[in-house]
Amino acid sequence: MKTKFLLMTFLFAVSAFCFSVYAQNPDRTKPPLLPAPKKLNLPGVQQFSLSNGLKVFLMEKHEVPLMQLNLVVKTGSVEDPDDKVGLANLTLDMLDEGAAGKTSLQIADEIDFLGARISTGAGVHSSGISLHTPLSKFDDALRIMSEIVLKPDFPQKELDRKKKDRLTSLMQMHDQPTAIAGIAFNQLLFGKAHPYGRMSDENAIKNFNAGMLKDFYKKYFVSNNSYLIAVGDISKNDLIKKLESAFGKWKKGDIKRNNVKEPAQVSSRVVYLIDKPGAAQSVINIGRIGASRLTADYDPIVVMNTLLGGSFTSRLNQNLREQHGYTYGASSRFAFRHVPGSFVAASSVQTEVTDKALVEFFKELNGIREPLTDEDLNRAKNLVALSYPDNFQSVAEIASQLEEMAEYNLPENYFGNYVSKVLSLNGKEVNAAAKKYIVPEQMIVVVVGDRSKAEDGIKKLNLGEIKILSITDVLGKVPNTEN
Amino acid sequence: MRRIAVMFIVLCSVISAQSQIKIPYTRHVLPNGLNVLLHEDHSTPTVTVNTWYHVGSGYEKPGRTGFAHLFEHLMFMGSGHVAEGQFDKLLEAAGANNNGSTTEDRTNYYEDLPSNALELALYLDSDRMGFLADAMTPQSVDAQRAVVKNERRQSYENRPYGLADEIILKNLYPANHPYSWPVIGSMADLSAATYEDVVEFFRTYYTPNNASIAIAGDINPDETLKLVEKWFGAIPAGKPVPPQNPVAVKLNEEKILLLEDRVQLPRLYMTWITPRKFAPGDAELDVLANILSGGKNSRLYQKLVYELQIAQDVRASQGSSRLSSQFQVVATARSGHTLSELKKIIQEEIDKIKNEAPKQRELQRTVNQYEAAFLNGLEKPGGFGGKANQLNEYFYYAGNPDYANEDLSRYKSLSVEDIRTAAQTYLPDNGRVVLSIVPMGKTELAVQPKTEGK
Repeated sequence: MKTKFLLMTFLFAVSAFCFSVYAQNPDRTKPPLLPAPKKLNLPGVQQFSLSNGLKVFLMEKHEVPLMQLNLVVKTGSVEDPDDKVGLANLTLDMLDEGAAGKTSLQIADEIDFLGARISTGAGVHSSGISLHTPLSKFDDALRIMSEIVLKPDFPQKELDRKKKDRLTSLMQMHDQPTAIAGIAFNQLLFGKAHPYGRMSDENAIKNFNAGMLKDFYKKYFVSNNSYLIAVGDISKNDLIKKLESAFGKWKKGDIKRNNVKEPAQVSSRVVYLIDKPGAAQSVINIGRIGASRLTADYDPIVVMNTLLGGSFTSRLNQNLREQHGYTYGASSRFAFRHVPGSFVAASSVQTEVTDKALVEFFKELNGIREPLTDEDLNRAKNLVALSYPDNFQSVAEIASQLEEMAEYNLPENYFGNYVSKVLSLNGKEVNAAAKKYIVPEQMIVVVVGDRSKAEDGIKKLNLGEIKILSITDVLGKVPNTEN
Repeated sequence: MRRIAVMFIVLCSVISAQSQIKIPYTRHVLPNGLNVLLHEDHSTPTVTVNTWYHVGSGYEKPGRTGFAHLFEHLMFMGSGHVAEGQFDKLLEAAGANNNGSTTEDRTNYYEDLPSNALELALYLDSDRMGFLADAMTPQSVDAQRAVVKNERRQSYENRPYGLADEIILKNLYPANHPYSWPVIGSMADLSAATYEDVVEFFRTYYTPNNASIAIAGDINPDETLKLVEKWFGAIPAGKPVPPQNPVAVKLNEEKILLLEDRVQLPRLYMTWITPRKFAPGDAELDVLANILSGGKNSRLYQKLVYELQIAQDVRASQGSSRLSSQFQVVATARSGHTLSELKKIIQEEIDKIKNEAPKQRELQRTVNQYEAAFLNGLEKPGGFGGKANQLNEYFYYAGNPDYANEDLSRYKSLSVEDIRTAAQTYLPDNGRVVLSIVPMGKTELAVQPKTEGK
């Protein structure tokens, strides 16, 4: 009894002591010193082929019983013929609208009943069908996925429905200033004929028929134009068997690819003002041709852009949002593709300060070309490098990392080397990227907003020639969707 | 929200019956009342610190709407020992991402960090919990006021149909109800907020006893608890938080409202007041929403979008909150069709379920999707939808961080007859708000108050 009592007193004293230690305020005069970051240890990327040569990239991930399987077809919207823009996209969209004799509704019911998700879509250089499912439903879901990929029926009835849906979406785009600005920016930067600048318009949508989709499908949906990305709670041997029965008999074909022309760089600054009467904000997109994914400047560009407009503390966001209160946020990004995509700096700003916001944009676009401080450099490098493990948490995120690896043929040790590669960059390299890629005199400026309130102020800035456009110039006239 | 983020809509957090799925955690309460929830996940060298303050727009005073959210922004502006701008700079320099969000019920904040930087987040979060008011100035309040006004312009005023919520809430609830105004608040109220309001709000609601912190990821729980005690232990407890004004609400009429907007197509909103989160009826209405609009085979989608093709989209949802919830059906008419046409079909489909229970397969399809969604919720510790946030969410709404089993059984135990009963009980024709948003000058496309049947 006594011993116990003593022990309790002792414990009480210890805990009181502990509490008194913590009840004092710790030293808050500077942030705590942190230990060194741990290394990200990823399971290896396993590469193998099925009996028909279809390539598979696998990363095992066993924490949660889930599977992600992405089938990538190495053809995207860049292969759309000029008079059929939107063909890749519509073809992919139609895959699950009828396959192996099953109707659109039957397919959807089967997938939904499993609690799985299958999504299909076309990108610019590639297209994909992705499956996300509980492991326990993987076999059933994989069977449906293989039917969608290998035996699509392209029923006319569903195609007519999809076309109506697209025309209506096109109509609704006229309401959306951010979408208008993005489309206009790409059209004006790349030209309406370039695969990166075109859009699917009313005529193209109305002219699509099932034959065109079937042709596109036959031409590009072959095993030697595709690969699989698998991430999840499965072993290689187990996966091979399942994939072999789902995709092992898929035939090869002859593939010819159009080379995408390198877009021409902007030669002088032009401002395009697109009138949206009554808009509460002006949507601003400023930019030029950027860089390709495989440029040797990729890492310095990423770090430089983090500092310019790729993070919360970036100069554009700090200036336009925190210092001036013109906006909810300002940012910039590079679209890295096989040939150089766009660099764009963007924001939605209060209409009344459109001109002032443009001044601040150009102040930062010029400023990033000046030498940087070590503090700026290190913060940007650390954010890019040390937050890298965040890209490897969910099966879908890991799969998209593997897709990038496969699409650009990155070396197998790419993930493992990335962090140290970024941390080893120096200020000169990052500054050189700014000087090379951020050239404010060679940029187009797109503003979607209320012309009556914004035009005079913009004129006074003398940024360059000002061209006035209407929303119709960008999107075409509002499509007629009534039948 | 403080900054734009891509948000995943987690259907619902439900666990699978076959495999017992949990988020194992330990709970500790500091002497000042701060609740601490810890969960280990060593799959990547990352950690998340997720803090919930149990205050949202539903705690605001009329005339100061939007304040909880404005305050969320001020939480990033620096605190007693952290100079303005340093909060984000220090985190980014450590490789961390962070954000915050506000609803009618609560405000949350997270930092996703490399696991070596855990203590930095605790330092910053404890400094703003203990010493925020020391750093606030009228200027810093003004700066974020301007940002929030632009958030309102961007996300509401300059967005097609963006003002729907504000009108619906105002008509759904009486003026003194905590949910009768939108989280973003009105422009006039945002202008009216004073520096003194900020200080008072901070002292009242941002106390350790009104908060919970969930830390998940690559942690050692014992060491982590010690660090939490070190940084948060000396922050004094606040007074108990004043209770919300519990106004009983019932809508006894069908309110027909109209707004003209700069849009191409008319859109219909039908909204009912329904049982609060986790109350009887809440799960039933969740399932009903999915049966009506989840996937191609759902009743409203199949009828309006797939078969008749008179709508571009349709969405039903049970938006669950602490005091009451809202069941809503939203549909956009295609060119050449009126909202009265849509309303007639929606009414028919709801009546069908009131008269005849849905099929067993429709119920099971929904429950299966919820189970899968919960599995997805176990993948990531951080962000708005990660495990740390789920622990805090269950803790706040159910009083138990490990409420997943109970949550699942709510859905598992439902019968098709329960869904029918819920439709009958909670979706009366004469107790709802019906809003038409139509293109400027096209009022003939709206639901008409007198000619409409039922």
